[in-house]
Amino acid sequence: MQVTDTWYVVLAAVLFTMGAIGLLVRRNPLIMFMCVELMLNAVNLTFVAFAHDLNDLGGQAAVFFVMVVAAAEVVVGLAIVVAVLRRQPAATADDISLLKG
Amino acid sequence: MVELVWLIPALPLAGFVVLVVAGRRLGEPAAGWLATLAVSGSFVAALITFAGLASRPAVERFYIQTLFEWIPVGNFSVDVGFLVDPLSMTMTLFVTGIAALIHLYSIGYMHGDADFSRFFVYLNLFVFSMLMLVLGDNLLLTFLGWEGVGACSYLLISFWFTNPANASAGKKAFVTNRVGDFGFMLAMFLLWTTIGSIRYADVLTTASSMAAVTATAVTLLLLVGAAGKSAQLPLFVWLPDAMAGPTPVSALIHAATMVTAGVYLLVRMNPVIAASYDWAPYVIAWVGALTALFAATAAVAQNDIKKVLAYSTISQLGYLFLAVGVGGYVPAIFHMVTHAFFKALLFLGSGSVIHGMHHEQDMRRYGGLYKLLPVTAATFIVGWLAIAGVPPFAGFWSKDEILAVAWNLPGAQGKVLWAIGLVTAILTAFYMSRQVFMTFFGRYRFGEPDAEEIAAGWDAKLAAAEAAASEADGSVEAARAEVETALASRSETEAALVAARAASDEAAAAAAAVPATELEAAQAALDAAGDDRKAKKEAQNRLKELEKPVKDADKAAKAATKAAEAVDKVTVSIGEAEARVEELVGAAASARSLVEQVRAEARAKKPTSSLVPLFSVADSSDVEDFLPAEVEHRRHHTPHESPALMTVPLLVLSIGAIGAGALNLPFASSTKFLEHWLEPSLFGHEVHLGLSGPHKVLLAVVAVLGGLIGILAAAQTYLRGAIRREGIEAPILAKAWGIDGAYAAVAGGPGTQGFEAVAAFDRRVVDGSVMGIGRLVAMVSALVRRAQTGLVRSYALGVTFGVVLLLVLFLTKATY
Repeated sequence: MQVTDTWYVVLAAVLFTMGAIGLLVRRNPLIMFMCVELMLNAVNLTFVAFAHDLNDLGGQAAVFFVMVVAAAEVVVGLAIVVAVLRRQPAATADDISLLKG
Repeated sequence: MVELVWLIPALPLAGFVVLVVAGRRLGEPAAGWLATLAVSGSFVAALITFAGLASRPAVERFYIQTLFEWIPVGNFSVDVGFLVDPLSMTMTLFVTGIAALIHLYSIGYMHGDADFSRFFVYLNLFVFSMLMLVLGDNLLLTFLGWEGVGACSYLLISFWFTNPANASAGKKAFVTNRVGDFGFMLAMFLLWTTIGSIRYADVLTTASSMAAVTATAVTLLLLVGAAGKSAQLPLFVWLPDAMAGPTPVSALIHAATMVTAGVYLLVRMNPVIAASYDWAPYVIAWVGALTALFAATAAVAQNDIKKVLAYSTISQLGYLFLAVGVGGYVPAIFHMVTHAFFKALLFLGSGSVIHGMHHEQDMRRYGGLYKLLPVTAATFIVGWLAIAGVPPFAGFWSKDEILAVAWNLPGAQGKVLWAIGLVTAILTAFYMSRQVFMTFFGRYRFGEPDAEEIAAGWDAKLAAAEAAASEADGSVEAARAEVETALASRSETEAALVAARAASDEAAAAAAAVPATELEAAQAALDAAGDDRKAKKEAQNRLKELEKPVKDADKAAKAATKAAEAVDKVTVSIGEAEARVEELVGAAASARSLVEQVRAEARAKKPTSSLVPLFSVADSSDVEDFLPAEVEHRRHHTPHESPALMTVPLLVLSIGAIGAGALNLPFASSTKFLEHWLEPSLFGHEVHLGLSGPHKVLLAVVAVLGGLIGILAAAQTYLRGAIRREGIEAPILAKAWGIDGAYAAVAGGPGTQGFEAVAAFDRRVVDGSVMGIGRLVAMVSALVRRAQTGLVRSYALGVTFGVVLLLVLFLTKATY
């Protein structure tokens, strides 16, 4: 049985769906962060898979962009999460609703 | 020499600036002298400019001096510059000359006023504005001066602003003038759009090529502006109220200079009037003629010395409009100049009278003043003869020219206008004679109580009698109370008498009960006691004991007698008190009957009409002691002639009122100085009389006869009492045909309601739509904001749904 690019794409879809569902159902900010990372990396996987399939390095280059942005996002996001948890040690994502209209 | 023209307005402006900065420090009279000096300097500058202009040949008498560019906007440009031509020079000369005299007079008139320097600040600003109006080389600069004189007029009418009546008179003048200014502004806009310039040099030369419709519109709009400033029908209402200002202001602004600005503007724009339809000038003539007649009828019934002159001014300005309307620009300017002299003279004379009469302005309280104010009376009489059209005084020549030029108009219209003018002339002679007779001739009435004061005296007398009656009633009551107390004390003393008599009887009985034998025995024992002290003492005691009842009985009898005396005394005092009551009741009754008597007398003698009898002394002997305090005050006040500061301007002006007719004598072409002088400014639009010599003489004779009829009628009415004046001084005339009242009623009733409706429309519809949009946004956003929960996961859910939706969309639309 040959591992084709389709497999990678299906795996990416599964990973993305897991991340999305996790983001929606979990309330712990840290877990939600991890779910976001999962989704990002699922997308990265599709980039690589299609890059390989289409023989185009552009997709792989895009992965690096995503990683850099994700790293930056994690820095800011984790800083916010740490700041929030310092003030309210047992805070969930639903407790933080300052932007309620 | 003509180049000095900038000095003419610059000097009053400099005076104004200096007085604004340092006026209070200069104080009285330095501030007044400074202002007078500034305006006199301006007059000298005007004379020099005039000499310069006169030395040029007639065709070159048109000089423009541009100082600087004022408003450069694209191809629209307005300069600050002066136009010197015969017309503006004529105006400048008489404005500065008369203003200088009135400044001088004001130093005397405003003596002692707390705001002395402020008055001269305004006067100088006024002269500056008036000169800008006259000398400006374009319509906008004239408009600047036009508004400037309006503002000064407002400031000076309400100069004594602590009195609310003065303040509202100022506002009335300002607001009424705004109505006229709107016409002026529209005329200016229209000229700009048609000709492309508002410089007189361009407007006057290109006016002949204007379309008749446009020219007519400009003419009529200018007429609206002129009617506001020159107090013509229907915008005249502010001028009579403007008399609230100090009298020099009335003379300078509201008689001689500012109010003639409307006529000046119309004369200045004569090429535009000439270019309009034939009927357009007749509108001006009719407005003037009707105003002249109307104001003259109103002047007949005024009692305030200044109100008569105010209506007279309106009437004379009507003559000027009439002259302009029938093409008699020269007679208009001629009469404007002569009128400026004699009306300023009359106003200043009335100011001198008011000054001497303790600010009393009611002519019914004057009378016989020619002995007390000889200079004022003499100069006033000159002014009177001038305005009444008696030859050879100035008014005769100028008014006669206006009547002649009206008669000269072809067709029946000219004859009707002439007839209106003639009737006005008769009325003018009548009301001016009435004023002179009531003020300077007849009986001296200042110290006499007038009808209202006598009525007040009767009221006071009645009140005093009533007070005396109620006082008498009060003392009757008091006496009655006294009787009551006396009666009460009599019953008390009678009871005491009964008790005393009983006690006396008892004591007598006790005395009788002592046996005589024991007395004798006690006496004997005393005698027997001899030297034995003890026995003697005992006997004496015994004797005393036995004699005591007798002494007691004596005492009781005496007390009874005293009580009886007290009863008698009380009885006497009751009698006296009752007698007093009788007496007081009588007095009270007579006091009441006195009240009745006074009441009956008051009913018979208390004056009901407020007309002061001019020929019989009002009988005030019955109420002499009850007249208001002012009467006493007036009786002790002797009117005095004004100081030289005030009489000198009067004398100078009366020279003008006598001699100004020489400016334009109709005898030959060579004596018509003013006509030749003004010719370059009139572009040949002046109407020349086509009347023969005898024709003109006949017209003059008729006019003079009219004036004499007016004077004689007034003499019959106000000097001899042969004609009853109640019929002439009708209340409807005193209220100027009720026009002012009608304006007030319309503006206060439907007018206010109309504007409230507009305000309500603005509030509900205009504001409502704006506010409604705001409210709608607020309502929608109140709904939409609920979407913003602040929960990250719900946003994520939204994103997910969106992604799914997009996915479905792409998948269904995608082609493989």
